[in-house]
Amino acid sequence: MPILSLLIFIPLIGAAVILFLNTERHRKAICWTATVAAAVAFVLSLGVWVRFVPGQPGMQFTELADWIDALNIHYHLGIDGLSLPLILLTTLLSLLSVIYSWRITDRIKEYMIFFLLLETGILGVFCALDFFLFYIFWEVSLVPMFFLIGIWGGPRRAYAAIKFFIYTLIGSLAILLGILALYFASTPHTFDMIELARQHPFAGGGIAAALVFWGFFLGFAIKVPLFPFHTWLPDAHVEAPTAGSVILAGVLLKMGCYGFIRVNLPILPEASRHFALWIAVLALISIIYGALCAMAQKDLKRMIAYSSVNHMGYVMLGIAAAVAFVAPEAVGQAVQHSRIVALNGAVLQMVAHGIITGALFFLVGVIYERTHLRDIDAFGGLAKQMPVYAGIMMLACFASLGLPGLAGFAAEFLVFLGSYGIYKLITGLALLGIAITAAYFLMMIQGVFLGELRERWQNLRDLDAGELVATIPLAVLMLAIGLYPDLILAVVDPASTALVTNLEQFYRLSDVIASLGG
Amino acid sequence: MLEIAWLIPIFSFLACAVLIFFGSALQRRWGEAVGWIGVAGVAAGIPLALGSLVELALGAAPVQYSVLWAPLGARIGGAEVNLHFGLAVDALTAVMLVMVTIVATCIMVYSIGYMHGDKRYSRFFAYMSLFTGSMLLLLLAGNFLVLYIGWELVGLCSYLLIGFWFERPSAADAAKKAFIMTRVADLGFALGILMLFFYVPSLNFAEVFAAASGGLIPATVVGLAAALLFLGAMGKSAQFPFHTWLPDAMEGPTPVSALIHAATMVAAGVYMVARLLPLFIISFGSVVLWGVPALTIVGIIGLITALLAATLGLVQSDIKRVLAYSTISQLGYMMAVLGMGAIGFAAAIFHLIVHAFFKALLFMCSGSVIHGCGGEQNMKKMGGLARRMPVTYYTTWIGALALAGIFPLAGFWSKDHLMAAVWSRSSSEPVYWIFFLGLELAAIMTAAYIGRLCFLTFGGTPRSEAAEYAHESPMVMTVPLAVLAGFTVILGLFGTQFVGVNLFNSVVNVDMPGSMAAASLHTSAHGEHGFNWIVAGISMLMAVTGLLVAIVVYRWQWVDTRIFKRYLAPWYQAAINRYYFDDIYRYTVVGGTLALAQVCRIVDTYIIDRLVNAIGWGTRVVWATSIRLFDDFVVDGFINVMAWGTGLVGRVTARAVHNGQVQEYIASFAVIAAGLACVVYVVVMLGW
Repeated sequence: MPILSLLIFIPLIGAAVILFLNTERHRKAICWTATVAAAVAFVLSLGVWVRFVPGQPGMQFTELADWIDALNIHYHLGIDGLSLPLILLTTLLSLLSVIYSWRITDRIKEYMIFFLLLETGILGVFCALDFFLFYIFWEVSLVPMFFLIGIWGGPRRAYAAIKFFIYTLIGSLAILLGILALYFASTPHTFDMIELARQHPFAGGGIAAALVFWGFFLGFAIKVPLFPFHTWLPDAHVEAPTAGSVILAGVLLKMGCYGFIRVNLPILPEASRHFALWIAVLALISIIYGALCAMAQKDLKRMIAYSSVNHMGYVMLGIAAAVAFVAPEAVGQAVQHSRIVALNGAVLQMVAHGIITGALFFLVGVIYERTHLRDIDAFGGLAKQMPVYAGIMMLACFASLGLPGLAGFAAEFLVFLGSYGIYKLITGLALLGIAITAAYFLMMIQGVFLGELRERWQNLRDLDAGELVATIPLAVLMLAIGLYPDLILAVVDPASTALVTNLEQFYRLSDVIASLGG
Repeated sequence: MLEIAWLIPIFSFLACAVLIFFGSALQRRWGEAVGWIGVAGVAAGIPLALGSLVELALGAAPVQYSVLWAPLGARIGGAEVNLHFGLAVDALTAVMLVMVTIVATCIMVYSIGYMHGDKRYSRFFAYMSLFTGSMLLLLLAGNFLVLYIGWELVGLCSYLLIGFWFERPSAADAAKKAFIMTRVADLGFALGILMLFFYVPSLNFAEVFAAASGGLIPATVVGLAAALLFLGAMGKSAQFPFHTWLPDAMEGPTPVSALIHAATMVAAGVYMVARLLPLFIISFGSVVLWGVPALTIVGIIGLITALLAATLGLVQSDIKRVLAYSTISQLGYMMAVLGMGAIGFAAAIFHLIVHAFFKALLFMCSGSVIHGCGGEQNMKKMGGLARRMPVTYYTTWIGALALAGIFPLAGFWSKDHLMAAVWSRSSSEPVYWIFFLGLELAAIMTAAYIGRLCFLTFGGTPRSEAAEYAHESPMVMTVPLAVLAGFTVILGLFGTQFVGVNLFNSVVNVDMPGSMAAASLHTSAHGEHGFNWIVAGISMLMAVTGLLVAIVVYRWQWVDTRIFKRYLAPWYQAAINRYYFDDIYRYTVVGGTLALAQVCRIVDTYIIDRLVNAIGWGTRVVWATSIRLFDDFVVDGFINVMAWGTGLVGRVTARAVHNGQVQEYIASFAVIAAGLACVVYVVVMLGW
């Protein structure tokens, strides 16, 4: 059974069904169709998780079919331990977002169609093993988000939507050029990512390799987003509707990191190693600078948006450490092991950040919907009025600031544990980020929840059923992954071990060749 | 019992879960009896902890448990390396478990009375259970991972409990301060762990110690890592210069203060240094900062803290703040003695345990006083309470005399241990006399400030209406006081030589690594130094001197306190301003970070984002211009040519060509229109 195709296209089928429904008359039906489609996709992804064999080398659930023979384009799907957690994250957050979005009143039909289309695009990116297909899905995921922000967004939605669209489109074009360069550099010409990772078309290095690397880098770094390409993110988040923010922060950003892991690392290992320090430095800046910017924000959504810049910095630090150049005489067990730990941490951080930040955006949406305010100073004392809300929000905040026992800690701890073995100074400085993060989250908690309750908020109601359904699973997952990270790492670890081992072999070989040449 | 010792924190966590999820529902049904769920969760650990301690004392081997936590790949040609959730129970852990479970149980029982009528009553017990459970987990840690997890959870609970009355801005501030300050210190802890892990792919204490003493980790790295780890302990145990959060933590309800100051939180730092003492001893030969080994740093910081906090304790008028500075000072003692090396190990732990009992007692007495005076905390508005609150009065004096180190209370014995350890270290290395003198000086001040507290609170006549109408607290509060007072009287027995053998030292000892550079450090590693009459005599003399000062000034009032204030004015001003530490931090670290955050925000909004938009704008201008030029010359020209051609050809071949030409025209028009529409859309939408 082509389970991955089914998984990817079930949301699309749901969207197609909704096309035939009428916004006014079939409101319930539209919501139900969307929910069922998202739920089926989620259940399918759970099935994939259950049947996934962690230790098995290579891709699993592969589907390969000829598509455009003349250009050697295939319909090639497959997943490994690096993409599986992200697929689960996508289907889960999509399902919760759809459930949460039942409350949308404006043009529910188009909204749900775009949402399901978005899910198809994201899932496609995480499953595609052919660059042609990868790029199509990549672009497919872009358009619905543009409309979600542009139509259902806040007051400055048009500005934010266009900024988001153009910024990421520029990134996409850079990726497209990179893909074409890889295609023409390979023999026989191929778009197949597995084959390209075998061939290493630009193994020799040089200007061409650098250009291709930076092309992909630009596309992925904008998506992550890595400093200094991050300014679209706060604008997009502030204007996006709640569920749009959840998917944007929870999943879309991960496409950038995933791109680095799936494309730059295995296909351009030489250039990746050469430029890893740059990425690590940008990651460090993202961590510190993002945290400081978050501290200075008054708008809750902007604050969480900047905290995403900060947290995605940890992912990129882990990725950079996984490929970093290490002087040949220093290479040893400890270094290779550090690389694996760092990569494990990076993938876990993607999942953790998706869950935590997804929950945070849901929760900010809750308060915004009730008060139409997101200003931290506008609130105060809400813990008294909305105890359940305050409890879940504080849980998410503490998870985000890396409290042990919750998901964020496990991920960040592993990133640090690994990256310290490679970049001692950068990791030491990056640790400062967790102190700043603690400070701004506690300042926010104090501003919103502690202190005396203001009179104007004495009629706020606590979470309703829909909001609980959307946030409780995320809260449970924060705790589950935090207590027992092996839940996720069991599939990630063999895959990252394999990737790092391959990279090490490649580097050893290329170092030997270089030394012979010298 | 030893095999199931890991259950001890589980009971507390379970109690916490029950109270969090069903607390308010149960409270509707049972009323304030729900508090007993918390008590039960903690008390359930007592028999297990006692049983484990007895088994270990009778010679059972320490046990370890571990569960896979996170797989970490494999090293080349090596086996899988995994992070485990590792627990271990040895005598040090067991004796701490006993102390924490007993003290916490007393505090919880007391809370049932103290928190009576609070609107978040069941939530209070949930947090207290979580606090105790986290501390127990921390004690059971068999590796750095669990130690760190317990460590941070304790921090979380202190945040929740210090800010329990979060409606008060000062409580919310104090909670935030405690969490952030300890977290900053924990950066050192984290970095220390990272440094060690790089050399040993394991976080297990035993393996790290073995690697360190086996030379697998360079001695300088061990030393630096130890110093960094100590930074974390300084934060948790409120050591100079991280001490400022602890007095503010008084904003929490008094049972919380008792728990923080005695059984949990601040004890964690001392316990951590004791647990990791082998690392400090191994690295003794290697210098870390300005030519000083990590172990000596511990001692110096401890000494400074002991003295500094004692001087501050003398001038406080808030009853709880006196006790807060007293805690800081006593923790300084423990750290100073740990800085003596293995010789101070048993002494520091014994004092930690004894201190936990009498400090919990003192805090709960102060809580009883505050409760009786209707919330008044200022000692200057008390007085004359001895007759009105007899149980509190006598138990406070027992705690106070123990703190001062008066024979035969437990505090005398534990302090004697401390001083004997310092004495024997000093006899071999004269420079350590500074420690002996400093700590004895602090002892005088200790006796003076605690004497002052007792006389101001209970002596004389009431100085306010609240004190006039003060009443004794209910049984549920006074019984725990009596129990703790009982422990404070008898506990000394376990640490004295008088019964022939020092029970405590013979049970609680660990094998310190045979370090090359520090052989002298563990000549009496098992604390076999006998009873030293000279040391005991000096200590008693100091304690009595301090108490005499308090009696002269506050009981007999032969000397007016205004005289001190006048003649010591510069010092007095500095002391009531807490030596300006808070102000310095506010204007440097806190202010600096906030200012930096604003700078980043401005850079982001006005430079980076403007730059991005400028690039977008520039591109648009170039693009729009080229489109216009293209439109004017190419498209128009094309259409004109077409029109001209159509006119020309149309006359010749009529319909077929005409059709095709129209399609072409429409197609090209559509493309251009779409392009222009995009540009127009962008322009309109962005409002340019």
